[in-house]
Amino acid sequence: MNKTFWIILFVLGLLAPFAVYPVLMMELLCFALFACAFNLLLGYSGLLSFGHAAFFGSAAYITGFVMTQWNFGPFSGIVAGTLFAGALGLVFGLLAIRRQGIYFAMITLALEQIVFFLSLKLPFTGGEDGLQGIPRGMLFGFIDLNQPLNMYYTVFAIFVACFWLIHRTVHSPFGQVLRAIRENEPRAISLGYNVERIKLLAFVLSATLAGTAGATKSIVFQTASLTDVSWHTSGSVILMTLLGGMGTLLGPIVGAFTVVGLEHELSGIGSWVTVIIGMIFIVCVLAFRRGIVGEIGRLWKRSF
Amino acid sequence: MTDCILETRNLTKEFSGFTAVNGVDLKVQRGHIHALIGPNGAGKTTFFNLLTKFLTPTDGSILFKGRDITRMRPADIAHLGVIRSFQISAVFPNMTVLENVRLALQRKLGVAYQFWRSDSMLHRLNDQAMALLEDVGLGKFADNITEELAYGRKRALEIATTLALDPELMLLDEPTQGMGAEDVGMTTELIRRVSADRTILMVEHNLGVVSTLADCITVLQRGAILAEGPYETVSKNPEVIEAYMGASDVEHA
Ligand SMILES: Nc1ncnc2c1ncn2[C@@H]1O[C@H](COP(=O)(O)OP(=O)(O)O)[C@@H](O)[C@H]1O
Ligand SMILES: [Mg+2]
Repeated sequence: MNKTFWIILFVLGLLAPFAVYPVLMMELLCFALFACAFNLLLGYSGLLSFGHAAFFGSAAYITGFVMTQWNFGPFSGIVAGTLFAGALGLVFGLLAIRRQGIYFAMITLALEQIVFFLSLKLPFTGGEDGLQGIPRGMLFGFIDLNQPLNMYYTVFAIFVACFWLIHRTVHSPFGQVLRAIRENEPRAISLGYNVERIKLLAFVLSATLAGTAGATKSIVFQTASLTDVSWHTSGSVILMTLLGGMGTLLGPIVGAFTVVGLEHELSGIGSWVTVIIGMIFIVCVLAFRRGIVGEIGRLWKRSF
Repeated sequence: MTDCILETRNLTKEFSGFTAVNGVDLKVQRGHIHALIGPNGAGKTTFFNLLTKFLTPTDGSILFKGRDITRMRPADIAHLGVIRSFQISAVFPNMTVLENVRLALQRKLGVAYQFWRSDSMLHRLNDQAMALLEDVGLGKFADNITEELAYGRKRALEIATTLALDPELMLLDEPTQGMGAEDVGMTTELIRRVSADRTILMVEHNLGVVSTLADCITVLQRGAILAEGPYETVSKNPEVIEAYMGASDVEHA
């Protein structure tokens, strides 16, 4: 059942650009990847970061910068953005990982504000305007990403590869230890696991993959902007993850599709979108604590 | 003193003015089952937390096999071969019983950071985990979700998980607390069996268990040592009787 389900999703992903506007599909996938990366931290490590936009956004800026200024191709551009986000994740993690709960969240938020400030003030970030006109370029020198379908399948391949890596991480020896820490941290320590280092690795992995999402998005939309590094984006990814169901592999994808989809559908009514999404969020948190996927999973289990 | 595996010197812990552990000098002989008893609030759990570095002592030092471990981190203590259990049952509730034990076995494979490998590589530990479970009588529960186990079985699982790391020194905090008489008997037997080639320091309220198991007993009261020695001596000590009567804990015997 499980395998068939994933294969169906995969095939749907392959066919999607013929049914849905490809740019929308790509936006959905970029945010879905961002939410999946975030979920690796919140859902599987139990750490709530309020600053994940720092990784998403800074990777977008770095990719945009190396592609416009240093003529990097799209592949090396995304790699550069991703590596930068990973390194930034290491710095954030080293500073925050010893703190618990709300203190951890506050430190990540403060660090994210610093990144936002730098993105506004540094000479090569384009200030209020951000970076515009990032070229999509030729992937591996021969795939023209200005062709919408080429771009789409590149994004889809990146998404599938990263999603597979997250799946693997969750079901790895490392994933087992993460799970143990979430379930009983003192016990994991007493068995000799270096809990801080394990959490740090989870944090860096999550930041790195959030960076891949941001870097990819900057190529799709050919821009990197202050919105990408703002706390709104950090909040939005929390919303997607909780709405879809944290600690499930599928949840963040469903959550991202719901939030981004709603933003599109309701874009006509202006700033009310935020209010409506906020209300949906409150209802969901109150009524379905496990998120959409978590609740469906529970009903499924019950009915057998 | 070559056969002294653990020693504390003047070990002290203060919580904002209140002294929970007060200048304790304790020596645990290698191969012994050493029991730590005393009324509630005497500081036994705090003492364990100091030994395993979950708390930092205010004063004093801790030596394991002659080496000063006072400033080490809790995970390092475990690497030296000192594994503790907790007074409040410490299991991983949503994992299976087998996975609980396997998690301890996994540490020695050194794969804790390998996020790119499949966890099916851990299956090679299944036989070893099964053997440990059989040992504590949990063989037929291997695939159950741990949360669903009866309380006594959870404690047995905890011992199996601790044993999986083959500790040189095992610290058990009230392993029989909250058990029915039958489980107490089983656990006592289990502890005796696993004590063969290791040292055990245990906190125990049940004087019946203590009298059958312990080679040496230390009585703690208000954070300080009140008496020490074999059961026969300690149980006749008027101060001990007084302390236990005072705490109306003597029915436990
Ligand atoms: N973290 C703490 N902060 C303040 N007081 C504590 C703390 N932990 C334990 N105590 C106090 O220290 C005393 C000893 O507690 P404990 O070591 O748990 O006793 P025991 O295990 O012998 O019953 C108790 O009076 C308890 O209230
Ligand atoms: Mg206690």
